[in-house]
This record gives sequence, structure tokens and C-alpha cells, in this order.
Amino acid sequence: MAILIDKDTRVLVAGMTGRQGKFHAQQMLDYGTNVVGGITPAKGGEWVLSKPIFDTAKTAKEATDANCVVIFVPPFAAADSILEAIDAEIELIVCITEGIPVADMMTVRARLENSQSRLLGPNCPGLLTPGQSKVGIMPGFIAKPGPVGVVSKSGTLTYEAVFALSEQNMGQTTCVGIGGDPINGTNFIDVLKMFEADPMTEKVVLIGEIGGTDEQNAADFIHKHMTKPVVAFVAGQRAPEGKTMGHAGALVEGGTGTAAEKIEKFESVGVKVAAYPEQIPDLLR
Amino acid sequence: MNLHEFQAKRRFGEFGIPVPVGEVAYTPEEAYQIAQKLGGVTVVKAQVFTGGRGKAGGVKVAKTPDDARQHAQAILGMDIKGHTVHKVLVDPGANIKGELYLAVTNDRAARRPLIMASAEGGMDIEEVNRTMPEKILRVHVDPLLGLRSYQIVEIASGINLPRELWKQFTKILQGLYQCYKDSDATLCEINPLAIVEENGEQKLKALDGKMSLDDNGLYRHQDLAAQRDTSADPAEEIQAREADLSYVKLDGQIGCMVNGAGLAMATMDLTAHFGQQYGVGPANFLDVAGGADAAKVATALRIILSDPDVKVILINIFGGITRCDEVAKGILAALAEVPTELPMIIRLAGTNQDEGLRILEEASLPNVTGARTLNEAAQLAVETVRGVL
Repeated sequence: MAILIDKDTRVLVAGMTGRQGKFHAQQMLDYGTNVVGGITPAKGGEWVLSKPIFDTAKTAKEATDANCVVIFVPPFAAADSILEAIDAEIELIVCITEGIPVADMMTVRARLENSQSRLLGPNCPGLLTPGQSKVGIMPGFIAKPGPVGVVSKSGTLTYEAVFALSEQNMGQTTCVGIGGDPINGTNFIDVLKMFEADPMTEKVVLIGEIGGTDEQNAADFIHKHMTKPVVAFVAGQRAPEGKTMGHAGALVEGGTGTAAEKIEKFESVGVKVAAYPEQIPDLLR
Repeated sequence: MNLHEFQAKRRFGEFGIPVPVGEVAYTPEEAYQIAQKLGGVTVVKAQVFTGGRGKAGGVKVAKTPDDARQHAQAILGMDIKGHTVHKVLVDPGANIKGELYLAVTNDRAARRPLIMASAEGGMDIEEVNRTMPEKILRVHVDPLLGLRSYQIVEIASGINLPRELWKQFTKILQGLYQCYKDSDATLCEINPLAIVEENGEQKLKALDGKMSLDDNGLYRHQDLAAQRDTSADPAEEIQAREADLSYVKLDGQIGCMVNGAGLAMATMDLTAHFGQQYGVGPANFLDVAGGADAAKVATALRIILSDPDVKVILINIFGGITRCDEVAKGILAALAEVPTELPMIIRLAGTNQDEGLRILEEASLPNVTGARTLNEAAQLAVETVRGVL
């Protein structure tokens, strides 16, 4: 078992006719992901990588019975693509696109309430269940199957942590990137709940960063509801106030959302916090 | 991106919000002329991106145009919390009877727009929030429904606004919410929203204004994007923004180039972790993002090298989809274009890392040292800085 995706997940790729979409669709197919088709307006009827392309999410879902879509469309069209997938009642929507306006994401969030869909991202690397399926852009070779659940706001930092885990022979159930935008579809708590309920996951790694209060809320949740051990890492200890550190959401505002505040919160509820990524496997032992 | 007070108030005016009819002066003489044109008492206000202007002496009341010239003379060139004043706004004076606070902002935790209002306007709102948070009324807006009339009543009533002003207040709040929406703003703030007396009548007027915009929404607002004032930004940050790289200047000596925001922050933290006791740390945050091809690496290298504080360069790439051998070739090509004698520590990990490191070794550049892990690279960078200082 794993969370969110496994070998049976049927994946559509929105923007599969584009350069990024096509490249990563190929990478996903190579990994063994069950990619069943693509969505590109006005390209319906074409074939890419021997998979059918559809004009709309609705027709794509009807024809392929897909339960997941991964979005690789440009920022100005991405919110529309998410809304379309919600409308088509696709269960899991993974949005890789970076740079979607916050106002658009507030509309998307409001529309997600009471819908049939879960959104992961935007501005995220997607997710990966080692040996079964990957949806998004995580490199498959760094992960291996095992008992550790990984949830993270950052892409390359996740790779760093997963790589360090795999080198120490600590495989993973599922690695989930929730993304670095201020408003996203799935937060730490959502994923922690799933790991807590997943019988294969024994331990959890949480990788956070400066900005917002998601990490603090996660610490409260861990304290109250989790029986499995969690090790955390928080990036951005040296970030100056008022500067956006790459991710739109990585921003210390009015003195809140600092790394120090988050680390203190984790430690106050007994969550071990790694000083650097390579320390994560040691703290998990 | 932030707008200046004069830009924010001009924008508010476009949405029907009453604002003073002042103008911007770049010289004392211009301030004199504007004050003369306005007639009567004027206010000369420094236009800088920082709070606490009043306390620093950046806002002065002028009784005559000569006063306005003198105040402008004193304020222009003034340093307010590290910001040099290049321009002043000359506004007509107002007969203030009361001051309110009104703002629309993004509530990140609630994931929806938030309206904040208070009868305690004119003060630093963060101070009000700290000392008397109950004085600030907060009302969330459903982004799918927009601002509804009953919510405006809730706010006007909640802050005990005199009823004869409700009609004006409704128009102003509707305008402010529309302005926030139509500008992709993350903050539209009026402080104070003053009750002023004009010709024996009480009127609401936005005497000061502040706007912050979502950079990701700027493509929809070319007119607003064109108003960006970069005079206070470090040259490297401007260059990076133009090249679509994410760069923040810090005060250490290790010039960092990393792929991915999270990893770039972790690299910055780790060099500080090892270097702190020796006064060594990161000179910058720089995310080259995915790809990291030769052109991008060259631009990033140029930006790092333009910072005279940089003594050592640390390149940290975790190749996921990106292949390390291609990154290594990219770095070599960039170095051919932007040669440097500074010591470089290059850490390559992930896809084809051994091949990448071999390519760097074979190039046998005297100033380049390869590293396999992030810790090793950060420690090496700190030691190298200590060696050259």
C-alpha cells in the first residue's frame, strides 16, 4: 500500500503536446506510470507517445476512465485547467505549474470545497510511490520502496532528502510534494493524516520552509493525532524579512513565518528537527 | 511589487475613492510650484518603501509655498531606515476630524480575501494589532461571491461609523475591493481614511495609501508593472529579475548558485551553520531553477561576480530530471564566457553525477574543486573563505 497513487492510478497529462508535458509524460511512462492520455485544447484526435489526446478533461475522462490528471500548462491557463478537472470530477489533480496568480488560486480553493477532487500543488514536483507510479517531475531513480513517508514543500530539497534516505537503505512508501505557493490544494496535515492511516508507512519525514503557518499547524496535528514518529527539516533559517526566497510562499512577513519559530514549535511537541538534510536518516533511526 | 503612496492613491482614485489632488516633486522648486498651485496649507511627504516616515521627519506640514520648498529641501535626500528619499508628494492640507483604518488583503491561512477595518486609524496598524487586537474588525470575502452589501453594513456598524457617512463608506469599500481585485493586489490599504470637514460638510477621504501587487499577476497589468520603482533595489536583484532568476543579496562572502528554492535556502543555511563562528556566510540566495543550461548558468555567474563581497563561489546542483553531465558542460561553457579566478566549489549530485564530476575533473581548472555531498561542499566553501580572508 501507499498513499494517493499506485500502479493502478490512471493518469491524464494536461499539456502533453507541449515540450515539458511530453518530456515528463515519457519519463512517467518509463517509470511504469499508467499514462492513459493527454488533454490539449484543439489537439483532440492527435496521438502523442502512442497515447490519445483529447480537447477537454470531460471527454478524456469518459474515454479513458482516468482518476488522476497532471497539469503542465503555462501559468495564465493553469487555473482554468484545474477548474476544468474539478468540473470533470477527476479525483486527483496534480498541478506542476509555477507562477499562478494568488487571486486565481483563491477562486480554485473556493471551488474545491465540496467537490469530488483533491488538488496537489500548484508549484510542486508531484508525487511518487516507489516501484509503482510517479506523477509529476520527481526523478524516479533516487527513490526505493520502504516504510518512510515523505512530504515536502520543495522539489530539489525533497530529492536531496529522499536520496539521503535511499543511500541509508531507508525506502519510502510515497514521496509527496505539496508545493511552495502561498495557497495550495493539499497541506501538510492532509498528507500526515494519510500517512498515519497507511499501514505500510512506519515513519514520516516533513520538509518545510519559511512563510505562513502550515508547519506550525502540522506540529499541533502531530502532537495531538500522530502515533508514528516524524522528523522535520525547515529551510530558510538565514532568510531576511520581507524577501521572497524563490517560492512565492517562502516569505517572512511582519516577523511571522520564520524558520526559528517553526523549528521551536516542532521541538516543543517532540518532533526532531534536522540541522541539514543529510542528518534526516540519522534522526529517523 | 510595491507601489508608492502617490501611485496607490492615484489608482484608488480610478476606482472612485476620494483622494487628495497632490502631485509629486523631485526638487524643492517643484514642491514650491505645486504648493502655490494648490494654495493654502500643504503636506510634504517622503515617498519611500518603508513605514515610520512621520517619526523620521519625512512628513511635514507647510503653511506657505516657501515652507513647502524648505521642507522638500530637508526631506529630499534624507535617509529613512536605509531608504534614500528621491521624491516627495505635495498634498493639500485637510481639516481632519477623525481617522479610520481600512484595508483589503490576502489571508493566506484562510485562503480568501480579508477586509480589516478599525476606528483607530492613523496609527501603525501592527501596533494596534499587538496592543488592542479587538479594535480591528475582520471580515472574510468569499472569492466566488465577492463583497456583499450586508458585509459592508457589518463593517460600518462594527466600527461605529457615524451613520451619515455610511453611504460614502459603502462606495469607498466597494471601490477598494474592486481595486484589489482588478490589480491582482495582495494589499490595498487606506490609513488613515480620514473624516475631513470641507465647506461645513463631513467627508471621507483616503489621505494615505499603500498597495502591494502579486508579481505572478503582473502580466495582466502592464500599466501597473511599468510603475515599478527599482531605485532602492540592489543592481544584482534588478539584473536577476530581468533574467527571470530568483536572487536575494545577503551579507556573507560565499556566492551561491543552486537549483530549486528549497535547496537554495538549505545551502544558504548550511554555509551559515558551518561559517557562523568565523564570520563567514552566504553572499546571496540564487535559484537557477530547473534546466540550469549554459546560458542560465552564465547569467547567474555574472550576477554573483558583480558582487564585490564574493570571495568563493559555491555551485550546488541536484540533478533530478536535469543530468549532471549536461550541467557540468553548462558550467564549463559559462566559465569560458565569464572567466573568473575566484575559487569555486562545485557539488553535483543525482542523475549522472559521476560523469558530471569527471567532466569537471578532466577540464582541470585550477580554481575548481568538486564535492559529492552538500555538507562537504558547504564546509569546503567556508574553509576556502577562511583561507583567502
